[in-house]
Amino acid sequence: MKTYEAIVIGSSAGGMYALKNLIEGLKSGFRIPLIIVQHLSPHSENYLAHFLDQLGILQVKEADEREKIKQGYAYIAPPNFHLLIEADQTFSLTVEEKVNYARPSIDVLFETAASVYRERLIGIILTGANHDGANGVKVIKAHGGFTMAQNPATAESDIMPKAAIATGKIDKILDISEISDFLNSLNNS
Amino acid sequence: MNPSENPDFDDSILQLEMELLLEALVRQYGYDFRNYNKAHIKRRLIFRMQQLGLKSLSELQHQILHHSNILAMILKDLSINVTEMYRDPSFYLSLRKEVIPLLRTYPYLRIWHAGCATGEEVYSFAILLKEEGLYDRSQIYATDFNTEVLETAIKGIYPVSKIKEYTFNYQAAGGKNSFSDYYTARYDAVRFDPELRKNIVFASHNLVTDSVFAETHLIICRNVLIYFDRSLQNKVLNLFNDSLIMGGFLGLGSKENIMFSTVQDHFLILNPNEKIFQKKILK
Repeated sequence: MKTYEAIVIGSSAGGMYALKNLIEGLKSGFRIPLIIVQHLSPHSENYLAHFLDQLGILQVKEADEREKIKQGYAYIAPPNFHLLIEADQTFSLTVEEKVNYARPSIDVLFETAASVYRERLIGIILTGANHDGANGVKVIKAHGGFTMAQNPATAESDIMPKAAIATGKIDKILDISEISDFLNSLNNS
Repeated sequence: MNPSENPDFDDSILQLEMELLLEALVRQYGYDFRNYNKAHIKRRLIFRMQQLGLKSLSELQHQILHHSNILAMILKDLSINVTEMYRDPSFYLSLRKEVIPLLRTYPYLRIWHAGCATGEEVYSFAILLKEEGLYDRSQIYATDFNTEVLETAIKGIYPVSKIKEYTFNYQAAGGKNSFSDYYTARYDAVRFDPELRKNIVFASHNLVTDSVFAETHLIICRNVLIYFDRSLQNKVLNLFNDSLIMGGFLGLGSKENIMFSTVQDHFLILNPNEKIFQKKILK
């Protein structure tokens, strides 16, 4: 079985609780780093990282520029910055134009992660009301990675998972709890 | 087809082509992007390659070397042009409350806005200096390596569509007047009062290749270092250290820091959240 080195997650409208449920479903000691873009207002503070960190399952923090990506951590893109991954598995940030009306953009994270982690990457699209992440899913697939989308029927907003599924490049469509179970099974193997 | 979506697309060849293209830019034109973060550069170059209908970065390199308009396009793609007035208002509020009282003690002030792009933050700070009564004794140097964005900065004309957000930022940054006092609106644009430009020198300066600005009291350089790798960050921070007077101030972007850099010991942290530092006074 393949070893996965990183999991990238994109979420938008309704994402805060989807992320909470996903992380709560993970077993403590989950090792594979999660790297998350949640669309937020540009003026918001790093409340989301704090909120998810308090669940006590993973160490959750806002990603810093030049920071090395480590196991057992979940990283959140800071509001109003794009989050990119460099070849040496560190983060970089940019303030360039919005992509898909979003900064941070899910596509930017997914595309740069794909070229670093290639077939050892999982990309997950959760609830959201736009099309960000759809191109990123295609790029992950093209590099041999694995892709999942939240079941649109149980997503708070179904537009984003539907757009990802419409690319034809999604390997599994699952409810949040099933996504957590699936990730747990990878972590144990 | 998007090359990054093509499963046969070889990342190692792309990597080589990118290195050669950056080498060509510095050897032929003196613009050095070799120590920029690669993920960003790669995205921008591939975007431009696709827009021009080219199949590889080698083809893009050919275009850059043989067509000056393509070079201008690439310089714009690779420079950091996204800015706004009073970006992060709390930063400007902190300058006003914590730095201005200390700057007030000097008979004249030299201020350097490094990487000023289209100038929005330069005018922001010029207004702040005016309201604090320090403008007339200030000389502001606003620099960028990209002369095209400097032309926009010199004009001081911005889209009217942004004004609502800028007004919000101005007030959040502790603005003392009505923001509309500083510009005139015409059709779809606003033009900032040319008086604000009286003590501003806009000049071409490249942080990667050019030298020190002497005897500066305050350097503002926001969201530029995030594009650089660690070695280039260190080089530029040393340039800032050498350009500042003892006791001078350095304001960086919200995600930038001097911690872990080679100049860390030369600075005090004045405001850790707003990333405002003060060069130590060595006796």
